[in-house]
Amino acid sequence: MESKIKFDLITPISYPGEGSAGATGSWRVFKPIIDREKCRKCLLCWLYCPEAAIRVSEENYPEIIYEYCKGCGICANECPVKAISMVEE
Amino acid sequence: MRLVLTGNYAAAYAAKAAKVEVVSAYPITPQTQVVEKLSEFIERGEMNARYIRVESEHSAMAACIGAAMAGARVFTATSAHGLIYMSEMLWWAAGARLPIVMGVITRAMAPPWSIWSDHCDLLSLRDIGWIIYFCENAQEVFDTIIQAYKVAENEEVLLPAMVGWDAFQTSHTAEPVDVLSPDEVSKYLPPRRPLPYVIDFERPFTHGSLCYPDRYMEFRYLMDLSMSKAKKAIVEADEEYGDLFGRKYGGVLEKYLCEDAEIAVVTMGVLSGDARYAVDILRKEGYKVGLVRLRVVRPFPSSELKKELKSKKLVCVIDRNISIGRGGILGTEIKALLKNSSANVVNVVAGIGGRDVSYEDIVNIVKRSLDLVEKGEVPEYMWYSIDKEYVVKAVGEYYEPPAL
Repeated sequence: MESKIKFDLITPISYPGEGSAGATGSWRVFKPIIDREKCRKCLLCWLYCPEAAIRVSEENYPEIIYEYCKGCGICANECPVKAISMVEE
Repeated sequence: MRLVLTGNYAAAYAAKAAKVEVVSAYPITPQTQVVEKLSEFIERGEMNARYIRVESEHSAMAACIGAAMAGARVFTATSAHGLIYMSEMLWWAAGARLPIVMGVITRAMAPPWSIWSDHCDLLSLRDIGWIIYFCENAQEVFDTIIQAYKVAENEEVLLPAMVGWDAFQTSHTAEPVDVLSPDEVSKYLPPRRPLPYVIDFERPFTHGSLCYPDRYMEFRYLMDLSMSKAKKAIVEADEEYGDLFGRKYGGVLEKYLCEDAEIAVVTMGVLSGDARYAVDILRKEGYKVGLVRLRVVRPFPSSELKKELKSKKLVCVIDRNISIGRGGILGTEIKALLKNSSANVVNVVAGIGGRDVSYEDIVNIVKRSLDLVEKGEVPEYMWYSIDKEYVVKAVGEYYEPPAL
């Protein structure tokens, strides 16, 4: 028997989706820039990014998704070879 | 099967009979035997369930929420400080609409440290969206826990339920209890229906993330709506239980000798037994008295109480709780219900911190309340059996709130 109660409407459930809070990149004051010369593709920045605003390119390089990156600088702080610099917008 | 059981053991047998699949709890006096017995059942393989050990009540409820979210039938129990420590998680369980059933063995809050019963712990959590039952004896504890699953899992309801009973007088007092087997109960309570919202790794979701003012209010409204539907579900669950197993409790209210009564005593929990005996004594003396026992506090049986009480000369509400600075919690609610009726409500706060309220006390309360009504001197509320000498010694005077 199909229930008429829709649980995802009676409780606050949300399904994962891209950028549900909007383009948070506009919040950014400092912009992270990755220097591919220095990058060793360890992907620590990808792991640490609290907004999942870093994706991995086909060549396995991290790439910042500037539409959502809030510019917190955690990636630059964690990068073991200092390949990420924070540049004022 | 008839066994001699305490209220706490009756609760454990009820969880077993309801085929509970996950138990997570932290021991606290006077709840301990409930979960001791359950862990014994699980350890011996008599109950096909997981017992999740935790370091606190907050974690116990968190584990219950996770297990219920995964689709399991879940039980826990606690008292007083454990309940209050758990209280943040109680909001999460209600908001997530999880049909968890919890035994609350009421115990006075510290300080001063106490292990004896009053209902302040449970009633302080009356506004969070849990169904609240309260039982009088071990048999009712057994029957109500099973009924509570039926109501909580009802798809029109989907709210968690607390089932309360008094410390020691019910929790540790052994009585003959008619215990149903899991097979017998399965005729009444089918396995929890897997609803589409249980955790599904193929379709992950976040529960309870930020909700803006343009939608939050609807979630609370829907809880309130479900709670109002719970009343019918409670009555039906009690009726059906009665038809199958021969015991029912009047749904949300139990009434004793109310029909021709001019005076109604309103009670909840274990002292209702003494109140019933007091009614018998008062009847013999010529007073037309009846007893109304609240079996459910949330949803509040407003219309049922109003119908029953509105034309009484005296409604004597005995509260085993105190909302400091306001009066008895049930008395306050009942006064609000009866404000436009001719009924005189006398609200008496008694039995706090486990102080005994005997049938003689109740006879005394009713006679003195009647006297106040006749003199037209009914105060907002009154404390019963206060040692005035102690109060004067402590603060040099004694005036308000009045003590009978």
